[in-house]
Amino acid sequence: MRVWSLLKTYTVMVYIFMFAPILVVLLLAFNSSQFGGFPIEGFSLRWFVKLYENDAITRAFRTSLMLGALTAIISTTLGILAALALVRYEFRGKDLITTFLITPVLVPETVLAVGLLIFLRWLHMPRSFGLLLLGHSIIALPFVVLVVQARLTGIRRDYEEAAQSLGASPLQTFFQVTFPLMLPAVFAGALFAFTISFDNITATVFWRPSGMETVPTQIFGMLRNSVSPEINALGFVMICITVGVPLLAGMLARYFSRKKI
Amino acid sequence: MAFILVYSFYENVDLAVDRVTFQFGNWQEVMTDGYYHTAIWKTLRLSVIVTVLAAILGYIPAYFIAMTKFRDKWLLLLLLILPFWISFIIRTLSWIHIFGNQGALNGLFRLLGLTDAPLSLMYNEFTVIIGFIHVFLPYMILNIYVSLEGIDENLEPAARTLGATPWQAFREVTLPLSMPGLAAGCLLVFVLTGGSYVTPLILGGPGDFLFGNLIYDAVVSELNWPMGATLSFTLLFLLGLVVVLYSRLMGLNQLSKAFR
Repeated sequence: MRVWSLLKTYTVMVYIFMFAPILVVLLLAFNSSQFGGFPIEGFSLRWFVKLYENDAITRAFRTSLMLGALTAIISTTLGILAALALVRYEFRGKDLITTFLITPVLVPETVLAVGLLIFLRWLHMPRSFGLLLLGHSIIALPFVVLVVQARLTGIRRDYEEAAQSLGASPLQTFFQVTFPLMLPAVFAGALFAFTISFDNITATVFWRPSGMETVPTQIFGMLRNSVSPEINALGFVMICITVGVPLLAGMLARYFSRKKI
Repeated sequence: MAFILVYSFYENVDLAVDRVTFQFGNWQEVMTDGYYHTAIWKTLRLSVIVTVLAAILGYIPAYFIAMTKFRDKWLLLLLLILPFWISFIIRTLSWIHIFGNQGALNGLFRLLGLTDAPLSLMYNEFTVIIGFIHVFLPYMILNIYVSLEGIDENLEPAARTLGATPWQAFREVTLPLSMPGLAAGCLLVFVLTGGSYVTPLILGGPGDFLFGNLIYDAVVSELNWPMGATLSFTLLFLLGLVVVLYSRLMGLNQLSKAFR
């Protein structure tokens, strides 16, 4: 048992290691000191006000939200189609396509970024919002496919066959039987895609057109000088969005599913 | 990817101006210039260090989560997934608050009266390694956890009844069975570390650059696209080589299993 409590302590330490720095950021966001660091001088919300008044940041925020939402829509739509094809149909080259869908996960983002950039340059297309959208969708797609695929494998075919034998067309079957059944996975995939796009910096730095900033690249640019308190406040807001939204969604889903039973 | 290869033979004439040719200038530069060799060596070394440390740090929590009878196990798992949702750049810069001149450690030292002037603990290789581990540790723990969770929980007690000590039971039953997860976690962390460039820019000093930083410099700063293409291809090739060698050693099926 002594070994066990040792393991426990170790685990707790690792968790502290993972979360302490993040908690520090959250804490410092409310620090009234004009430097973004210790010591803490008092409680203040003024950095949030400053943040709201900062045009560059609000613009970056709008860009990021827009990009994240569109990425979620595109990659989820494509992800559902790909997952359907992979789970429900047999065709030649299926393994190849599975590999193809998964490889972007293992290719370093830096390389992926340069590859797509050069491909577009070859087509004589300038960097644009569209490139960012395309790129983010490529990065997010494998994750969406994996999530939806996992759920789809769990849905028994009998339901679909039953619907069809009762006279439903394939499209009707999909929208009235399959789609509602895989809705949780679709939501999870869309949220996943949104967060991936919202957080991405490695590839975004390569792809963004000059003058366009997303929140992470904006923070990256601001970091060149020093950590300003505004960055802490921005970090607080970002964490609230990317952690708060999925948590809330998960809890709501739990609440509703419990209510039904 | 083929485009990268083709492009790497082009010649960079001026800023952002390329001439369509077929020449080995870029490749020759990468092959012979010591600067690039240093970068490759640094990247390899750092990736190995990060991977090994992450494996050591990550195995025990994964084991604990998998084996615990703790009622609120889901909470531990949720906390493990949580970092994936927190912005990478925020998690990286948060270490500035720990090690920086106005960070927690320096604040503590001052409070205890140990130092007058802030110690400079930041912007060195150590903080880069810490930053990488911090960001990639959840990948490692999750991978190990998944394979530990798949092990029949009666196996270790069975080994015990057959006379094995707890340590023997772990070493000869559980550890080998969890190898696929550990291997997949290591590979993932290695590749992710080898391909990144942002962490050294934020947490490292001028001497702490990875191969990814060279690509960043070539493409974003110097607009030397053919060189960027050459470097990208080199990185892809080197990391691909590691993946292939590794999966020969470990068996690729195990790896794809980890993604499911």
